[in-house]
Amino acid sequence: MKQTLYNWDEMMQSETTETVEAIEPSQSVETPEPLEPIEHSDPILKTQDYFINMGPQHPSTHGVLRLVLTLDGEIIKNVEPHIGYIHRSIEKMCESDSYRQIVHLTDRMDYLSCHINNEAVCLAVENALELEIPDRVVVIRTIIDELTRLASHQLWWGVMGMDLGAITSFLYGFRDREMITDIFEETCGARLTMNYNVPGGLMFDIHPNFQRKVKEFVQYFKKKLPEYDDLLSGNVIFLERTKGIGVLTKEDVISYGVSGPTARASGFACDVRKRHPYNAYDRVQFKEIVMTEGDTYARYRVRILEMWESLSIIEQLIDNIPEGEYCAKTKAVIKLPVGEFYQRVETARGDLGVYIVSDGKKSPYRMKFRSPGFSNLSALNHCAKGCKIADLVAIMSTFDLVLPDIDR
Amino acid sequence: MQDFSLLTRAIHDNLSSHLSPTLTQVTEMVIVAVCFLTFFALTGMIMVYVERKVCALFQQRLGPMRVGPWGLAQSFADFIKLLFKEPLMTRQADSFIFNLAPFIIIISSFMAIAVIPFAKGLQALDFDIGIFYVTAVSSIGVVSILLAGWSSSNKYSLIGAIRSGAQVLSYEISIGLSLLTIVMLSGTLQFSTIIQSQANGWWIFKGHLPVIFAFIIYVIAGTAETNRGPFDIAEAESELTAGFHTEYSGIKFSFFFLAEYINMFIISAIAATVFLGGWMPFHMGSWDAFNGIMDFIPPLAWFVLKVGGIMFLMMWFRWTFPRLRIDQLLTLEWKYLMPLSILNVVFTAFIVVSGWHF
Repeated sequence: MKQTLYNWDEMMQSETTETVEAIEPSQSVETPEPLEPIEHSDPILKTQDYFINMGPQHPSTHGVLRLVLTLDGEIIKNVEPHIGYIHRSIEKMCESDSYRQIVHLTDRMDYLSCHINNEAVCLAVENALELEIPDRVVVIRTIIDELTRLASHQLWWGVMGMDLGAITSFLYGFRDREMITDIFEETCGARLTMNYNVPGGLMFDIHPNFQRKVKEFVQYFKKKLPEYDDLLSGNVIFLERTKGIGVLTKEDVISYGVSGPTARASGFACDVRKRHPYNAYDRVQFKEIVMTEGDTYARYRVRILEMWESLSIIEQLIDNIPEGEYCAKTKAVIKLPVGEFYQRVETARGDLGVYIVSDGKKSPYRMKFRSPGFSNLSALNHCAKGCKIADLVAIMSTFDLVLPDIDR
Repeated sequence: MQDFSLLTRAIHDNLSSHLSPTLTQVTEMVIVAVCFLTFFALTGMIMVYVERKVCALFQQRLGPMRVGPWGLAQSFADFIKLLFKEPLMTRQADSFIFNLAPFIIIISSFMAIAVIPFAKGLQALDFDIGIFYVTAVSSIGVVSILLAGWSSSNKYSLIGAIRSGAQVLSYEISIGLSLLTIVMLSGTLQFSTIIQSQANGWWIFKGHLPVIFAFIIYVIAGTAETNRGPFDIAEAESELTAGFHTEYSGIKFSFFFLAEYINMFIISAIAATVFLGGWMPFHMGSWDAFNGIMDFIPPLAWFVLKVGGIMFLMMWFRWTFPRLRIDQLLTLEWKYLMPLSILNVVFTAFIVVSGWHF
């Protein structure tokens, strides 16, 4: 998927730049009307907005996110996210690292879908080099992608319950996630930041136990997933807390650039695995879960159903891992051709884009990650305005924010 | 059947023969206070341990296991840790009110526990207006929460306190109305008489549907009253960090912590006394052999068993349900529980007038 948008050398030399006509946005972004301030004729009873700093240290911001809330009693008038507390300038660091080293940095972005992040960079590099990737690698990557997605969604489900005050779900989520991290540990030695991908393939071959253990896990989790529904999905309080709360319309989703399950809950079919298939996703049968309600419950439901789809993808592939090499032959020092390369993958949170500008040296001229969390967070204010504080926590939970992914 | 009044009368007679009536009264008050203080500390520690084990049971893990056998000494270790912690206070806090608040909540539960009949004759005060008294003093606790939230100079604390005020004031009504059904059936406000009226069967069995309704409403409202379970919006860990006691540390924090558990005990004890016969054993009509065996179990054990059962139910709520939102919480009370309670009272009145109850 080499996408050389325009000739780099030409652009550097030519002084006149083509004026690009501003593209009319298909959906106009409606600015929500500001709430009317409460006016009192009595000068003694003056009201003023109540500001709260939610974060950077707060149990439900899932990291070092700081939200400045403007409150009218319990009702939220404005949410202003302040980010940057965990900014490590990963994009800048990439400019002085070789392509093999860059892969390791991406683990530290969205640590819950680290394998998929690694893969995004690897796929971009492989496509730029037009490398022939062994089939075995493609299938193993797809399986581990889905395992990562499952692990991420399990953790999200647990934390979602905890944010709503049901602490038990947290332990249930972690109990099942433990099996996946055990599989990862056996495969590559790490449980969270895996570093399993390298440009050209994988770092090691899979462990002999891999197939057996994954099958065991799939069987186990198929029994446990209905338990998730029993504990939360059917609960009256849970439904009251989530249905009709924090509605994002399809127009909102598109104009804010929201992606992933959050966007699919609003009826925007944007699954990169379906739209721009990579890996083995064009060979497997799976449904793209799309709901139209766009509320907190729909976002919850989409992720639960996605877990079933992930299980089905793993089941289709686990018995069909072809024999062969686990890594293609690459040069010791990888140098990309001059040009621009873009690769999209679907992480557990949405559409992750890797944009490499190469000037032919061993490290990129410029590297840019389009992280799903950043765009999703931008819709938070629109979504949470007029809700209660408790709703904000629920909405934030279904946005599934991972702060290192937003700050990079 | 064991009768603790023999013991208490013996102590009273012994003291009276040596001291003047006033001094006897004072000495007895001191003895009772020391007993209750010990009881507070012990019950608090035991209940924290039990809560953690019950929580572990629901979450498929072991709970505290390191300190002592099965972690039995864990609560004690926590207690010592809390004693040695530095009592911190924010600079802008209103120090007098800030320091006063934890004592008010303890005093409130101290006053309420005085009328709880633990076993036959084991009751510090046997008022003729026992139920009225207990509903009155148990709502003093909310004053403490409001003061704590107000004086902390913390915005989370203030929101937590205001939430708690709205919540406790609302649910008081349901508690009062559901206790009223039993008052109407038994014709008294005195705890000992209410228990005696259940000698031939607990009210929950012989009071028809209204009492069962009242019991359910009481347990829901009682859980809300103690700021626990799905109704813990005043603390709401994921929204308000720790709500009204965010700024408290050390022993002052442990006062709030202790009071929560003691209040839970009081709510359960009143439910057990009023609906489930207090220390009365379980009897089955004319099964004399069965009743004999039941009588063999001491009244104190019956009381602990019933209270423990209701407390387990409340813990079950807490570790299963998500938290309600503030408006849903108030809707539940004002639109559902309170009208139902009033209907229930009317229905009970009808039953009492017709003499349909057993």
